[in-house]
Amino acid sequence: MAIEYGSAARSRMIGRTMIYSGLIGLAAFYLMPLWVMVVTSLKPLDEIYGGSFIGLPKVLTFEAWAKAWSQACIGTACTGLKPYFINSLMMVVPAVLLSTGIGALNGYVLTKWRFKGSNLIFGLLLFGCFLPFQAVILPMAQVLGRLGLSGTIPGLVLVHTVYGICFTTLFFRNYFVTIPDELTKAAQIDGAGFFRIFFSIMLPAALPIMVVSCIWQFTQIWNDFLFGVSFTAGESSPVTVALNNVVNVTMGRKQYNVDMAAAMIAALPTLFVYVVAGRYFVRGLTAGAVKG
Amino acid sequence: MARKKSIADRFADWLPRLVLAPSLLAVIVGVYLFIAWTGWISVSSSKMVPQYDFVGLEQYYRLWATPRWHTAVANLFIFSALFLAVTIAVGLIMAILLDQNIRAEGALRAVYLYPMALSFIVTGTAWKWILNPNLGIQKVVNGLGWESFVFNWITQPDFAIYTIVIAAVWQSSGFAMAIFLAGLRGIDNSVIKAAQIEGASLPRIYASIIVPMLRPAFLSVIVLLSYISIKNFDLVLAMTNGGPGSATEVPSTFMFSSVFRRNQMGVGAASAIMMLMTVAAIIIPYLYSELKEGRDGH
Repeated sequence: MAIEYGSAARSRMIGRTMIYSGLIGLAAFYLMPLWVMVVTSLKPLDEIYGGSFIGLPKVLTFEAWAKAWSQACIGTACTGLKPYFINSLMMVVPAVLLSTGIGALNGYVLTKWRFKGSNLIFGLLLFGCFLPFQAVILPMAQVLGRLGLSGTIPGLVLVHTVYGICFTTLFFRNYFVTIPDELTKAAQIDGAGFFRIFFSIMLPAALPIMVVSCIWQFTQIWNDFLFGVSFTAGESSPVTVALNNVVNVTMGRKQYNVDMAAAMIAALPTLFVYVVAGRYFVRGLTAGAVKG
Repeated sequence: MARKKSIADRFADWLPRLVLAPSLLAVIVGVYLFIAWTGWISVSSSKMVPQYDFVGLEQYYRLWATPRWHTAVANLFIFSALFLAVTIAVGLIMAILLDQNIRAEGALRAVYLYPMALSFIVTGTAWKWILNPNLGIQKVVNGLGWESFVFNWITQPDFAIYTIVIAAVWQSSGFAMAIFLAGLRGIDNSVIKAAQIEGASLPRIYASIIVPMLRPAFLSVIVLLSYISIKNFDLVLAMTNGGPGSATEVPSTFMFSSVFRRNQMGVGAASAIMMLMTVAAIIIPYLYSELKEGRDGH
């Protein structure tokens, strides 16, 4: 008996060891690119061409970061990523707030003030979540041109808000469905109107999903490339477009350390949000699997 | 007979619709009207600027007679098949491993998922550097003593598309893991216990009981990953820019270069419509079934 028990425990041990080594091996694979980006960005160029790839820098330098931030050339303008980073901020803040606010109102109407045809409207909005944007960039470019918004940050804010409300409406609708109708009905009987109920009952209850919506929208809009590259040029581009231009400079000796520093700069805001509020980020991701 | 409603009451009745109206308008214009508009351009003779004439399906014939488009479609199939298969396999394995009462589960999950927070341009930049044949991974392996090791896929026309698969799997498998893990957590533990009492081994229980129970999660993952692969544009642009030559051209990059670099707006619009129809064929039945289930279930 004792022997049998021992072998069972041993095979369990072996199983656990295999599980943990699998998990740790995978973790190493996921962390490797980030590691490579960081160490490359902190090395002088000679060390990189000298063949150090994965190791820690022998000479630690922040020169590449400084260059990527304020000197690297994007096209003919050698301004670094700084102005484009600011462009992205100017674009992302209003677009996130607008799309989240509108999505909250829409979700409220679609759950607590249903009317004939409201399900159809939800269906129409839902398909917008899965629109391949290639199917709309040509007309959008025309319309932005007519509105005098082509190549501008407000133009990008408009575009991201329009296509963002599909997702934010989905978030809020699926969240508000879980709030019992009796709550709003009772408030109505007490004489509270449409907006009163929204601001004093729904919004305070919706804090978690507001965080989800803001984080999701922030990540999507910050990381967007297609709209940025289609509707802007030169100095009004968002940071992703500028990063791609920095990396694709073909003149001279390639400055891989500057490329990696630039990539890190473009990645830091969304990484920061992920580290601070990863839980909410995951909820946004899995909400794409529509059921709520 | 009810009294006639006052104007204020009637306004209150219509208020919800009024609140929804701007969004509805924005989506009808921005999604549906624009799709129709693109459709119109695809049956016109547009080249550099939109022409609003009608030439029938000429642009579609031209599109399907373009070798570059055939490359793009073939690449999309290769990419999607591999990307889906590997991402699902890796995601499922990670989810199952994580579901074994693991210490530090939260930290590991965070590590597997962080690539989803990155822009494809950042991912592409990083992987392009890692796969650099002169200075990247190849050199590290050479330095370890395996001098003849060659890993130059990114510069080889026949292999470059696989490097994009590697980067895309790295970015998206955490996402598959998250959905599978949510599915696993929804499965009643008593099922596993009962099977264990009957003497089934753990791998056996997973293969024949648990994985089949994850069907809804599989459906979501397959649909969402298919959508990601059709949309995939930034990653290709950042890693290979469609090259070497046109070896890694995909429909999305084809569309973009037709319109913005080659003055073939009509052909570009036709390719966009082809992409849209592919997405719609996958997404509309999915949304329909999800919504229907939701209505029946709740």
